[in-house]
Amino acid sequence: MSGPPAVTPVGSADVAEPVITVSGLRKSYGEREAVRGLDLTVDRGEIFAFLGPNGAGKTTTVEILEGYRERTAGEVSVLGADPHHPPGGWRERVGVVLQELRLPSLLTPRETLTMYAGYYRSPRGVDETIELVGLAEAADQRNSKLSGGQQRRLDVALALIGDPELLFLDEPTTGFDPAARRSAWELIANLRDLGKTVFLTTHYMDEAQHLADRVAILKDGRIVAQGRPQELGRREAAVTVVTFGLPPGLSASDLPAALAGRVRPAGGRRVELITEAATRDLAALTGWAVGQGVELDGLEAHRPSLEDVYLELTGNQAL
Amino acid sequence: MKTSTVKSTSSLLLHQYRYDQKQFWREPAAVFFTVVMPLLFLFLFVSIFGNDTAEVDGRPIKASTYYVPGIVTLAVVSATIVNLAITFTILREKGLLKRVRSTPLPPWVYLAGRVLTATVITVLMVVLVTALGRIVYGVSVPSRTMPGLALTVLVGTAACCALGFAMTAIIPSENAAPAVTNAIMLPLYFFSGVFIPDSSLPEWMRSFASIFPVRHLFQSFLSAFDPGTTGAGIAWDHLGMLLAWGLFGAVVAAKAFRWTPRG
Repeated sequence: MSGPPAVTPVGSADVAEPVITVSGLRKSYGEREAVRGLDLTVDRGEIFAFLGPNGAGKTTTVEILEGYRERTAGEVSVLGADPHHPPGGWRERVGVVLQELRLPSLLTPRETLTMYAGYYRSPRGVDETIELVGLAEAADQRNSKLSGGQQRRLDVALALIGDPELLFLDEPTTGFDPAARRSAWELIANLRDLGKTVFLTTHYMDEAQHLADRVAILKDGRIVAQGRPQELGRREAAVTVVTFGLPPGLSASDLPAALAGRVRPAGGRRVELITEAATRDLAALTGWAVGQGVELDGLEAHRPSLEDVYLELTGNQAL
Repeated sequence: MKTSTVKSTSSLLLHQYRYDQKQFWREPAAVFFTVVMPLLFLFLFVSIFGNDTAEVDGRPIKASTYYVPGIVTLAVVSATIVNLAITFTILREKGLLKRVRSTPLPPWVYLAGRVLTATVITVLMVVLVTALGRIVYGVSVPSRTMPGLALTVLVGTAACCALGFAMTAIIPSENAAPAVTNAIMLPLYFFSGVFIPDSSLPEWMRSFASIFPVRHLFQSFLSAFDPGTTGAGIAWDHLGMLLAWGLFGAVVAAKAFRWTPRG
């Protein structure tokens, strides 16, 4: 379709078309605009994370890309086609894991996979796929008897069975305990080794940070930041967050004049100071404390994490 | 390993059918209401009313002969309307219909797999109930009226499958599915003479039941099993009504059948 001509240069050898190109995407439900002008590209072989709080428009966007929903405006190209009017063979190349678990309870994982494999012209092997997602011991139990983590693995296996080039995973670890999340992450990271392109939505920043080559942060239907997880952190690289506990009997107004107006409360007696000149401000702060003969409880200085950036950008509504 | 042959539609349909059959027989409720209960009811009704005579068009007919087409009707409706309405509501609400649309399987093949399953079970039940009626109660198997029986199975199954899909449109949730279908079908079985001989029902009840497809399905089967029937046993008027209901069901289903959960 008529995607923007700019192909993001990637370091990889095959200079391919982007797998997904979106420009000016909008979606309204009546009066409400769920998606308000998105632009993004996803390149072949990358794990792209779509990060945002609930209700930011993640699922609406991913369902437009999967072909389930019609867009209100904008251009969308997925594997070179409009997903709402996919050409023959397009669905052979796309694997989908929906947000909710969708499994036939009366079949076993092996049966379910064999059934789905029959829908494709050149599916992966069933046994090999069971092995890949780590379901070997549970392969012949009824799906209804599987644990939540095992069901999600089967769900991912179903998306993989057609051997697609592109996989959509909509909040694949929501509701998982930490162990199940870790092993799901391993599984998703393995997909990159298989050369798949993965479009992942999540509201967990650690998930995006752990898995994604690139992240787009979505808020109220708009992308508010986009880039490699490290780069997103570095957007504010000049910034350091200094936190410490105010010494007993002293208040923020007792701090040196250069700092007093800039600290803000960070819970209890703790305050934080956001600075672009950490060395100078720390020198002023510690010099003052030594002069007063007090200890600054739990003094620390750190770079903002992706989490900090995310919370800052999404206005703390994430958790 | 990798083959690039294009899957033929018929092989896809057979593939899907195999798994649908498997799932049907693993669902205890479906097997009970579609297979076990009709056989149980045949036994019960004939045991209770076996010595009575019912009346068809003013002629007496043995109760056992009357109940075989009655129970066949129950089994057919159960295997088609009830089974499809409940199954597809559950598949829709669990998101399995949505899920399968992300695959290259043509959506209609997925529906056709279940229709084929319902058809095979319908035929199985017609054969089973007829055989049981013959062996246990000496009810004669239609031979001269075989065309009437075959045509009723054909038209009845098609119409009732369409109505099953249409009915999913009025069922809001998984949990409501058995309740809604039974609330509609149970009174219709009674009013249509499936459980209580037609001749003992008040006139208004018969006229009321004549609006709906169950009575016409039953009357078509009855004319095939009734030894007093002349000719090939094809009840054109009843088959016509069934066909009309089937077309209505198909139109409603085409307009209102949903692939995505409502809830």
